[in-house]
Parts: sequence; structure tokens; C-alpha cells
Amino acid sequence: MKYLREKIVFFIIALLSALIINFVLPRLMPGDPAERILLKMGGDIQPEAVEAMRIALGVDKETPILKQFFSYLKNTLTFNFGISYSYYPVPVKDLILDALPWTIGLVGISTLISFVLGTALGIRAGWNRNKPIDSFVTISSLIIRGFPYFWLALILLYVFGFLLNLFPLSNAYSTHEFLKGWKFFGSVIYHGFLPGLTLVLASLGTWILTMRNNMVSVLSEDFILVAEAKGLKDKDIMNKYAARNALLPSVTSFGLSLGYIVGGALLTEIVFSYPGIGYLMYKGVTSQDYPLMQAIFFIISLSVLIANFMLDFVYMFLDPRTRG
Amino acid sequence: MVRRLNKKAIVGLSIFFFFVVIAFFAPFLAPYDPNEFVGIPYSRPTSEHILGLDRMGRDILSQLIYGTRLSLIVGLTTGTLMTTISLLIGMTAGYFGGLVDRILSTIIDVFMVIPGLPLMIVIASYIRFRGVVPIILVISFTSWAPGARVIRAQTLTMRNREFILASKITGEKSRRIIFSEIMPNMLSLISSNFFVACLTAIVGEASLEFLGFGDVSAITWGTMLYWAQNSSALLNNSWGWVLAPGIAIATLGASFALLNFSIDELTNPKLRGV
Repeated sequence: MKYLREKIVFFIIALLSALIINFVLPRLMPGDPAERILLKMGGDIQPEAVEAMRIALGVDKETPILKQFFSYLKNTLTFNFGISYSYYPVPVKDLILDALPWTIGLVGISTLISFVLGTALGIRAGWNRNKPIDSFVTISSLIIRGFPYFWLALILLYVFGFLLNLFPLSNAYSTHEFLKGWKFFGSVIYHGFLPGLTLVLASLGTWILTMRNNMVSVLSEDFILVAEAKGLKDKDIMNKYAARNALLPSVTSFGLSLGYIVGGALLTEIVFSYPGIGYLMYKGVTSQDYPLMQAIFFIISLSVLIANFMLDFVYMFLDPRTRG
Repeated sequence: MVRRLNKKAIVGLSIFFFFVVIAFFAPFLAPYDPNEFVGIPYSRPTSEHILGLDRMGRDILSQLIYGTRLSLIVGLTTGTLMTTISLLIGMTAGYFGGLVDRILSTIIDVFMVIPGLPLMIVIASYIRFRGVVPIILVISFTSWAPGARVIRAQTLTMRNREFILASKITGEKSRRIIFSEIMPNMLSLISSNFFVACLTAIVGEASLEFLGFGDVSAITWGTMLYWAQNSSALLNNSWGWVLAPGIAIATLGASFALLNFSIDELTNPKLRGV
């Protein structure tokens, strides 16, 4: 169980690191967070008000820094993120809970589509290595991967949303009519299509290249030669011999990418004004809503860490070496 | 086969030098002063202004040309800094092993799993000073880990080779062994690392500047996109304004990717296929 223990310790260390970054950053920066908030709200600030705000934020000078840290830990781990500055007095937790389903739905489905499609294309490209189809797929994945994906989002929005008027320009569902049941579902799909397409296109290249390189690597192994010598059908060698063995690293990356479902669409959501976590974080950034930003950073890190941990856990069953 | 490999490298290098030349000769190549009002704002592309004009009636082509300078400088500086951090941490962990390695490896792993862009955003939003330097530092500080991991692994395999052991026995100092014996033997790995770092830097820079974390009065490809987004360029049909910087970023990024790819193929015979 040494393996499992190590993984649990790492999970805790990584989570603590994310928490420490969140705790230390505001305290490292010049200026008083309490004054900053009150200045944002405008008007004259009385010293008593600043002091009260300091206590509310837990940054008053009387409380020792360690005590501040522990109360911060306790609050964050119980998902008590405080109150948003920009949506005052809505708790940050509620804002996140509202945004989370949109992001998970959008990015989750896109990740799955992209993985399946990219892996299938990568298998074909790797099998036909150095033939025109391979060069075409590889080069175009390299090019697509090079585009900043928020730019891809801008262009798709312009062409399909604005010029051709095929898709809506913002939001996740129709806001000017009240829809129920299947109609609502349809409107969600309709609104999610372009952001989803952006996400699929943006990550497709990586899946293709990973799978292609794995395939090329596996194809130079001896057992492929044996399979060929036995006179097996090309299709069988490709799917049952090569692809099966080349798939494992891709599956690992897929497991990891599940962790990025929450935080993987920041810029896409911003471009499409999609009411998910990324857009919420952007609003937090533009209005200097620090509790909101920090909470989102924590949630994103947490989901990546959990996915990571789950993957390690699954590996424990798959790979006997880890059991020791 | 060698000819094929070189093709990728040649294309990559040509693109890179193309941008270097543009950056260097920007004042001669740009048709207008990038900060000067030369026509009606949001003008569509015409023969005089190939990419049109921005919200303040400035020539977009000239901005693109001048923007190459800062974008390229930030990309290369960040790439260099990031590679240096990866090298120092990776080689130290791999060479010394033991407790040092355990601590450094844990730090590397932590930075691997903490999501990059959100971390960059959180750090950048606390920095009051807006400009090129914070962007370089934030990207380098958050994105060095994957490189360090690869370099650590490579150093680890090299540590027990005979020529390193020989140097140890003759009493060479660790620092000399690391920098004069191990590092020169990893040059291909380091350079492929550098190209990946530059690619990360170029995209990271564009993303941060697009979000408004850059110096919005400076001209770079990222700030061009920031202004395009914030003045609704596309809704004004000013497509040149959005299209051009994106293509420039992607092309430069692709050149780094191609260079990395060609080094990978050179050093890993398996990728060459049969």
C-alpha cells in the first residue's frame, strides 16, 4: 500500500500548495485588501469601517498569521468562500454552483467527442505513416494546435454567428423566451454548438498527434512484424494489434483531461459569454472580485487534483507493479 | 530520409527568420506610423490599408508589423527564462538524487498538476504593474515544470554513465560536471524544450494580453486582439483586425512546433518510421 500512501500524501501536498498560493498572494501584494474593497464601493471611508472590513476578511493585524491561515483553510475546505464583491451580497458558493453545470456539460461533451475523433484520426495517420494522408493530418493538426484557441473562438463566432447568422452570439440558452422540456434542451444544444466546436477543434490536434506518435512507435515493434508475417489482415493488425497497444497513453491523457473539464474552457467561455466557470472568473478579474477569483482557482485546482488521484487509483488496479 | 527531416526544420527556421527580419526592419516595412491616425476608424481593407483601420483610425498592417517586435521579444525571453528554470531544477534533481530529488520532484509534480492558465490569471490580477516584465515572469514561473521533468529523467540516466563516473573519480566539482559534462550531452533535448517553451510563451502571452493583463498601450499581437475584442471589431466587420494577429501568432507558434518536431524525429529513430 506504499503506492497508495504516496499518492494520498501527494494529493494533500498539491492541494495545500494551491491553498497556500491563494492565501499568500493577497498578502504579498502592496496595499490593504480591506481598503481596496471599500474604495471600490466608493464614498468616504471611515477608519472604523476599514477595521470592520479587515476583521470580516480575516486580515486584521491582531490575528496572528497562522491563525488566519487555519481559519482560511477551514473556510475553504468547507466550501465557505465568503461573499462576492461584485455580486454583493451573493455568496461566492452560490455563484459557482450556478455556473458549474454549464461548464461541465459543455466541456465534458466536447472533450469526449474530441478524444474519440482525434484518436480515430491518429490511428489512421500512424498506420499510413509518411503517406500523403499522414502528412496532411499531421501538418493540419500542428497548424490548428498553433492557433490560440480563443482566436479560433472569435473567428467561429464571427463567421457562423455574425456573418451567416446561424448560431447565437452569446449565452447558453434562449433568454428572450421561456422554454421548457425538450425545447429548452434544444436551445441549450443550439447555444452550445459553437463553443463546443471551438473546444473540439482546439484539442483535436493534440489527440491526433499523441495517438499518431504512439502508433508509429508501436508499429516498429517486433510483434507487428510477426503479425504481418503470419499474413493477418491489415485491418486486424491496425486495430487489434497496433491501436490496442498504442491506446494506453492516450487513455491516460484522457483521464487527466477530465480534470480540466472545469477549468479548460476559460477563454472560450469568455468569447461566447457562456455563463460557466470561465466567464465567471473573467467577471471576477475585471471587477477585482478577489474572493470569487480565488474560489474559482481553488475549484479548478481541486478538480484537476481529484482526476489525477483517481487515475493513480485506477492504475493501481491496472498495473501490478504499483501494488508492490 | 534526412532530406525529409530537414524539410520540417527548414520550414520552421524560415518562418522564424521571416519574423525576425520583420521585427528588425519594422520601420522600413510598415507603411504608416502604427500610432498615427490615418483614416476613418473601422475602415474595411482597401488597397491603401490592406488590413483596414482600427477603432482609432490606425493602420492595422503597420501595427501588426511593429507588434512583431514585442511579441517576438517576449516569446523568446520567456522561452529562455522558462528553459533555464527547467534546466536548473531538472538537472539539480536528477544529478544529486536522494532527498534533494524527492523535494524537487514533488515541487515539479505540484506545478505539473496546478492548472496553468488559471494560476497565471490569479497571479497576474494581483500584480498592479502592467507591462511586458510581469507577463514574462508569470508565464515562466507557472510553465517550467514539464520541461524540468523531462530534463530530470535524462540527467538521471546520464548520472551513472561511465564518463560521468570517471569525472567524479578524478575529483571534478559537481557544478562543473553538471554544466560541462551533462548539459552538452543533452543539447538536443534542451533545444526541443526551448521550442516548446517558446510556443507556450507565445500562446500564453497572447492569452494574458487578450484578457487585458498586458500593457494595453503597447503594440503586440496580444494587445491588438484585446482591443479588437473590446471595441467589437468583428461586429463592425473589421475582420482584418482579428484575423491578422491570430494568424501571425499561429504561424510563429507553428514554426516552433515544427522545429521541435524535427528535433524529436532526429533523436528518436522510432518516429521516423520505416
